[in-house]
Amino acid sequence: MEFMDQIFVNLKSTVLTLAGGFLPPWAVILLCAAISLGVIAVIGPVTMMYLTLIERKVLARMQNRIGPNRTGPWGLLQPLADGIKMLTKEDIVPKNADRIVHLVAPILIVIPALLVFAVIPFGKNMIPADLSVGVLYFLSISSTTTIAIFSASWASRNKYSLLGGMRAVAQMISYEIPMVLSVVPILLVTQSLSTGAIVRAQGAYGGWGWFVFTPWGFAAFITFFLCAVAECNRSPFDLPEAESEIVAGFHTEYSGMKFALFYMAEFMNAFTLSALAATLFLGGWQGPWLPSWAWFFIKTYALIFIMLWFRGTLPRFRVDQMMNLAWKFLLPLSLINILVAGFWHFANPPLAIGGSIAMLWASGWIFTRLNRDYTPEKRTYLFGE
Amino acid sequence: MTTRTNSLKTTMQTSKNYEVRDPQSSIETQTLAINVGPQHPSTHGVFRMNVVLDGEVVTSLKPVMGYLHRNHEQIAENMSYAASMPYTDRLDYFNSMTNNFGWALTVEKLAAIDVPERVEYVRVIMAELTRLVNHVSAIGFLLNDLGAFFTPVLYAFREREKILDIFEEVSGSRMMCNYFRFGGLRRDVTPAVLEKIRGIVNKFPAFLDEFETLLTKNEILCMRCQNVGILPRDLAVNASITGPLLRASGVNYDIRKVDGYSVYNRFEFKVPLGPKGDVYDRYYVRILEMRESLKILDQALKGIPAGEIMAKKMLPFVKSPRNFKPPVGEAYGRVEGPKGELGFYVVSDGTAQPWRYHVRAPSFINLTILEDMCRGQKLADAIVILGSIDIVLGEVDR
Repeated sequence: MEFMDQIFVNLKSTVLTLAGGFLPPWAVILLCAAISLGVIAVIGPVTMMYLTLIERKVLARMQNRIGPNRTGPWGLLQPLADGIKMLTKEDIVPKNADRIVHLVAPILIVIPALLVFAVIPFGKNMIPADLSVGVLYFLSISSTTTIAIFSASWASRNKYSLLGGMRAVAQMISYEIPMVLSVVPILLVTQSLSTGAIVRAQGAYGGWGWFVFTPWGFAAFITFFLCAVAECNRSPFDLPEAESEIVAGFHTEYSGMKFALFYMAEFMNAFTLSALAATLFLGGWQGPWLPSWAWFFIKTYALIFIMLWFRGTLPRFRVDQMMNLAWKFLLPLSLINILVAGFWHFANPPLAIGGSIAMLWASGWIFTRLNRDYTPEKRTYLFGE
Repeated sequence: MTTRTNSLKTTMQTSKNYEVRDPQSSIETQTLAINVGPQHPSTHGVFRMNVVLDGEVVTSLKPVMGYLHRNHEQIAENMSYAASMPYTDRLDYFNSMTNNFGWALTVEKLAAIDVPERVEYVRVIMAELTRLVNHVSAIGFLLNDLGAFFTPVLYAFREREKILDIFEEVSGSRMMCNYFRFGGLRRDVTPAVLEKIRGIVNKFPAFLDEFETLLTKNEILCMRCQNVGILPRDLAVNASITGPLLRASGVNYDIRKVDGYSVYNRFEFKVPLGPKGDVYDRYYVRILEMRESLKILDQALKGIPAGEIMAKKMLPFVKSPRNFKPPVGEAYGRVEGPKGELGFYVVSDGTAQPWRYHVRAPSFINLTILEDMCRGQKLADAIVILGSIDIVLGEVDR
């Protein structure tokens, strides 16, 4: 058990010990960093490649289809085939496009998506860089995606792209606020911004002390997850690339590998945001029986599955409704949730549980009431003879 | 014509204020003219909308059509009556059976042909199956326009396939059926086919229930569809809108009831009417119409008599359709197609070819009020409103 749990850590230290036999100490430190970097550089794109396959398979099953199954067993080589196709496609740049920005935007969008892998605790002792400001680092790096998306849309000189870019900016900035605020209760309780420390704080009750089991943790998890779905532009918040309305949104004018980079960034964001949600609320690698890294991947992929499930079932929001949800519901709820977390921390257990559930329920009810115009109407249909 | 234009103008004036710019604001904004289509994922074919957007709000929308024009009417005037039958399949390629029905009905009216009873029943069965096919896929595509990633449309197509199998079995083709003949049908339906149709009729309500569980009360669907693209009752009547679009606006007008053509007056069914006339009502009226169609199918399957499948008068023309020369005169025949009133106007000069042939295409006429419904709505709504009209470009452009 312990062996399986630490197998990757031990592997790395063995390599480093062996290398230490004939390399100077500074080279060993470089090698240590290089191994972590190499692993991230491989995991990121491979995750993206296989997420496309998983998405297609899962959606196909939801839609009474089989999904890709021609390339390799269960279509396992499909991502490779797609990659080759993307690489060999013609790279088309519109005549009036801003060529430099058009080229740089897809690169800019991938870099933050890869950078945030650094603070994700993949397992016990398996965090590439346990920064003391890990969560802050993650949120600030991932927020730069907005710039890349907007420059892509602006540089394309296409009206659909422009509309998509406008939507993307409005959406991502709006949803960042409740997302950051929903993380605040966690920071209050754990008194740390380090992702490693946050996971260790959830180790109570034999690995079951996940924050999602507390009332404020649950509310924050829902808020965070909805915002995460909106942040990586996935259904039902896929307005920036709404196929039925604005063709492909901000990446309408991209083809070949540039387009693939947008896709890569989107899927890696989906993965890292799910991983962060799992880290903050679902106990990260904490859990009984299985190795820590197995728990981490199970939780992350469960959240990704929920994202795919959304995509397979839900229609899309309209722009104003999407903004309403962020500003009128999620933002006040996450603000109140900070108070609730403080109340939970200082009140005695029975009062804390009852009081915080009551506060959250009441505020949720009030916010739903305030947005009454958006609740469905009941209608009666007459029949003519 | 003048009354219609006037009333259109008044509705424009009375419709809600769509100006979103703040007149006091010092920020200068520009409108964005954008061409939605003819190559666009959601225009249901080669249809184009010249949209002027103020931010996301549609301030003007001009439908542009004609990309699929193929001279249908002129072609029909240069060939025999029977030869037009396969061409009508291509009008609304989702509902070839109903198109055949309309054309057959018109020529039978022109030449005063009495149709055997069994034929009438089979025609009604095929027309109602077509309605199921059309409405279920129309709802699926509407959900696609709403951004549901193909799931509803694939559920709908699963059921559509079963009905298309029936069409293939009776006519030899899934979509381009060319099944009706003047005074009869091309072939008889076998008892095995009727048994299969019975199976579909028995299972379809369960599918509709499933479909409704997933959609009708879905909150996002309600938010997106309710009070969007309202078509006022008066405007609907003045613009001669027909079909589910008109009934969703609360006008009790169904040609199956009004004309009682074929044997429709023998069946018990009701006409669902919408209270508001928005996209949601159009969606739900279609669901209710499918349920009524199932009632008609049930009664027709119970009451179908044995007998001939070709009128005596038309038997000589089965082998030589080009010799069919209806008497001099004119006729207008219409059926309640799934999209609205499908009418054929034909003038005969006594020769084997029609002197004038005209199609009243419901998709085309229903499209005329698109701008009135879309003005002041968001771009995303305009797409949904277009989807809720349920057009087929083969019929719009002809």
